[in-house]
Amino acid sequence: MNNRLDGLTDGQLSQRLRTDGLPLKIGCFDARIRTSGLELATLAHSLYRDYSLADDDGPFDFHVRVASPLARRFTRPQAVFHWDGGQPFEPLPAGLAFPLLEWGINWCIANRAHRYLMLHSACVEKNGDAVLFPAWPGHGKTTLCAALINRGWRLLSDEFGLVRPEDDLLQPLPRPLPLKNESIEVIRGFAPDAYLGPVFPKTRKGDVAHMRPPADSIARAEEPAVPRWLVFPRWVADSPTKLEPMPGPEAFFMVATNAFNYEVRGEAGFRTVTRLVRSCSAYRLVYSNLEEAVDAINGLLN
Amino acid sequence: MSFPEASLLLRAVRSPEDLRELTNPQWDLLLRLLWKCRLIGRVALSCDAAGISGSLPQKVQQQFESALVLIDKQRQMVAWEANRVGWAMQGLEVPVVLLKGAAYMLSRFDFQRGRLFADLDVMVPVDDLARVEERLKQRGWRFTKLNAYDERYYRVWSHELPPMRHFEREVELDVHHTILPLTSRLTPDREKLWERTQTLPGTPFRTLAPEDMVLHSAVHLFHDGELADAVRDVLDLDGLMRLFSQQAGFWDTLILRAGELGLSRPLFYALRYCDRFLETPVPDHVMASSQKNAPTSPLRLAMDAMVPRALFPQHPDRSNVATGVSRWLLYTRAHWLRMPPSILLPHLARKGLRRIKGRPDDHGN
Repeated sequence: MNNRLDGLTDGQLSQRLRTDGLPLKIGCFDARIRTSGLELATLAHSLYRDYSLADDDGPFDFHVRVASPLARRFTRPQAVFHWDGGQPFEPLPAGLAFPLLEWGINWCIANRAHRYLMLHSACVEKNGDAVLFPAWPGHGKTTLCAALINRGWRLLSDEFGLVRPEDDLLQPLPRPLPLKNESIEVIRGFAPDAYLGPVFPKTRKGDVAHMRPPADSIARAEEPAVPRWLVFPRWVADSPTKLEPMPGPEAFFMVATNAFNYEVRGEAGFRTVTRLVRSCSAYRLVYSNLEEAVDAINGLLN
Repeated sequence: MSFPEASLLLRAVRSPEDLRELTNPQWDLLLRLLWKCRLIGRVALSCDAAGISGSLPQKVQQQFESALVLIDKQRQMVAWEANRVGWAMQGLEVPVVLLKGAAYMLSRFDFQRGRLFADLDVMVPVDDLARVEERLKQRGWRFTKLNAYDERYYRVWSHELPPMRHFEREVELDVHHTILPLTSRLTPDREKLWERTQTLPGTPFRTLAPEDMVLHSAVHLFHDGELADAVRDVLDLDGLMRLFSQQAGFWDTLILRAGELGLSRPLFYALRYCDRFLETPVPDHVMASSQKNAPTSPLRLAMDAMVPRALFPQHPDRSNVATGVSRWLLYTRAHWLRMPPSILLPHLARKGLRRIKGRPDDHGN
C-alpha cells in the first residue's frame, strides 16, 4: 500500500510536486511530474490516489512540468506545460492547469511511444477479452467507456489502444477519463458512485470533469488483453440502439484512420491493423441510451 | 570535459559498451540528452552493433525501439521527398546537388545510420534558380507562410529560397544556390564548388566533393549556424573525416581546398573540436598546418571556453548562467559573421521584437 500515491499526505504530495517531482506509474509509462507556482496536490490526490509511485531513480519515459510564469502570476495567472524544455501548447489560464497536464501527458505518449501501434480508441476488457472503440472525438467513446467500466468491465484506456509489437495484445493505459459537457451529468446519473473531479468550465473542448478510474483497473495495468471486438460507436440524439456487423475492409480503414501513428509505423502498422481486423469481429454501434448501449456490448460476450 | 552532461554524452557516443555500467539516474539523464540533441537513434544502433542492447534496462530498450521507428519514418520521408524532387526536375537539365543529411543518407555513409533529420537540402546553379522555383511550384511545392520581411530576407541576402513544402507532404525543402549567405564575411566561389561535384550513382543527383562536404559541414556549424545543442554536427564532421581519410591524399587536398575557397578558419575549428571531443585521427602535419589559421589567442581562448557549453545540451532541469551567456555570445557572433552591421542591427531588433510579441521564429536563424 505504501507504494501508492495515497500513502502520501497532501503535504508530502505537494512538496514532491514542487521539488524533485512526483514519480508516477501511468500504465506502462513512468512519468516524473513537477509543478511550479501552482497547487495541484489536492486534485492529484483525489484523481490519482490508486496509482503506484514509480522508481525515484528512473529512467523515466517523460519529464513534465506545469508552471505558472512568475511575471503574470499576480495579474493574469497562466499555466504553461513544459516537456523537457519544450512548450508544445499555448498557455492556458492557471485554473486549467490540471486539464492541461492531462492533455500534455497524452501528447507526450502520442509523440513518443512509437514502439506501439497507437490507436485512437477506448478499450475495455472482460475475462481477458477486449472491445476496442475507435472513434473520432465527439462520437462518445469516452462516455461509453465510462459507462462500461461502471458495469463490470475493466478499463484499459479511454483514449489509447496500445497494440504491443511483440504479441499484438493490448497494453492497458488507465488514465482519468475526461468527460465533456452533457456527458458529465449523464455519467453522474448513470453511475452515482463514480468519483468525478471538479468541472473545469470553458476549456478548448467545453466543460470537462475527470472520472477516477476503478482501483482494480489501475492495479491490473500490467495485465494485457486480447483484442476481440472492434466497435465503432456513434451517439445520435433520440436514435434507437443499433449494433450492426461491419465489413472487414471498412473496419480496416476506420482503424487505420483513427490511429495516432499508423503512418509512422509504416509497413509494420499496416500489418498490425490487418491482423487486428482479421482476428476481431467488427460492428457499428449507433445509440442514444447508455443502458441499452451497455446491454448491446454485454451481448457480444454470448 | 568539465561538466557532467557533456562527458556522459561523449561516453555514450564513443564507447557504447561502457553503457552497461550506467546507473538508472545516469540513464535517465542520458536519454533526455540524447532526445534533445537528436542522437538517440545513433546510440541505439551502436548499442545494437556492440551487442549490448539486450542487457540494457527495459525502459531504455523500449525508448530506443520507439525512437528508431520514428527515425526510420522520417528518413523514409526525406528519401521520398528527394525522389519527388528528382521527378519534378525531369526535363529541366539542371544539375541538383544534395546537401547535408540527404547526401549522407543516399551515399549510404555508415556513420549516418540512425541520424535524425527532417529537412531536405539541395543546391542548384544560381542561373537556373528561377526555372527551378517555377518548376517546383508547378509540381505542387509552396512557400511556407512568410511575411514580407522574411521574403525579402531570403530573396536579397540569403543563400537559399524561402523554405518550401509540397502541399501533400510534410518535409521541408530548402533550395540553396550557394553554401553561405550572400552577406556573409566568407564568400566561397560557388563555381569552384560546382566544378568538383560528383554524380551520386543510382540517383539523378550530385554531391559535393568529399573535401567540400567536410568544409560545408564546418562552415555550417562554426560560421553560419547556431551552435546550440549541435553536437550531432560535430559527429557528422568526425564521421566524414574518418570515412574520407581512407582515400589517399584526402587530408592534403582538404587543407588546400579550404585555402582555395577561403574557408580555412572554419576548418581550423572543425579540426580542433573534432580532435578535442572525439579524438578524430587528424594527422599531426594537418593539425600543425591548420594552426596557421587559428584566431588570435584571446579569441581562441574565448571560443574554447564557450563552444563546448553551446554544443553540448544543458541539464534539462537546471539552466546555467555561463552556458546562457556563451550561447548568446555565439549566436551574436554567428550573426556578426553572417551580415554587415547595417543589416544586422535592424534584423536583430526585428527578431527581438517578434520574440517579445511571442510569435514563432520562422526562419530559424
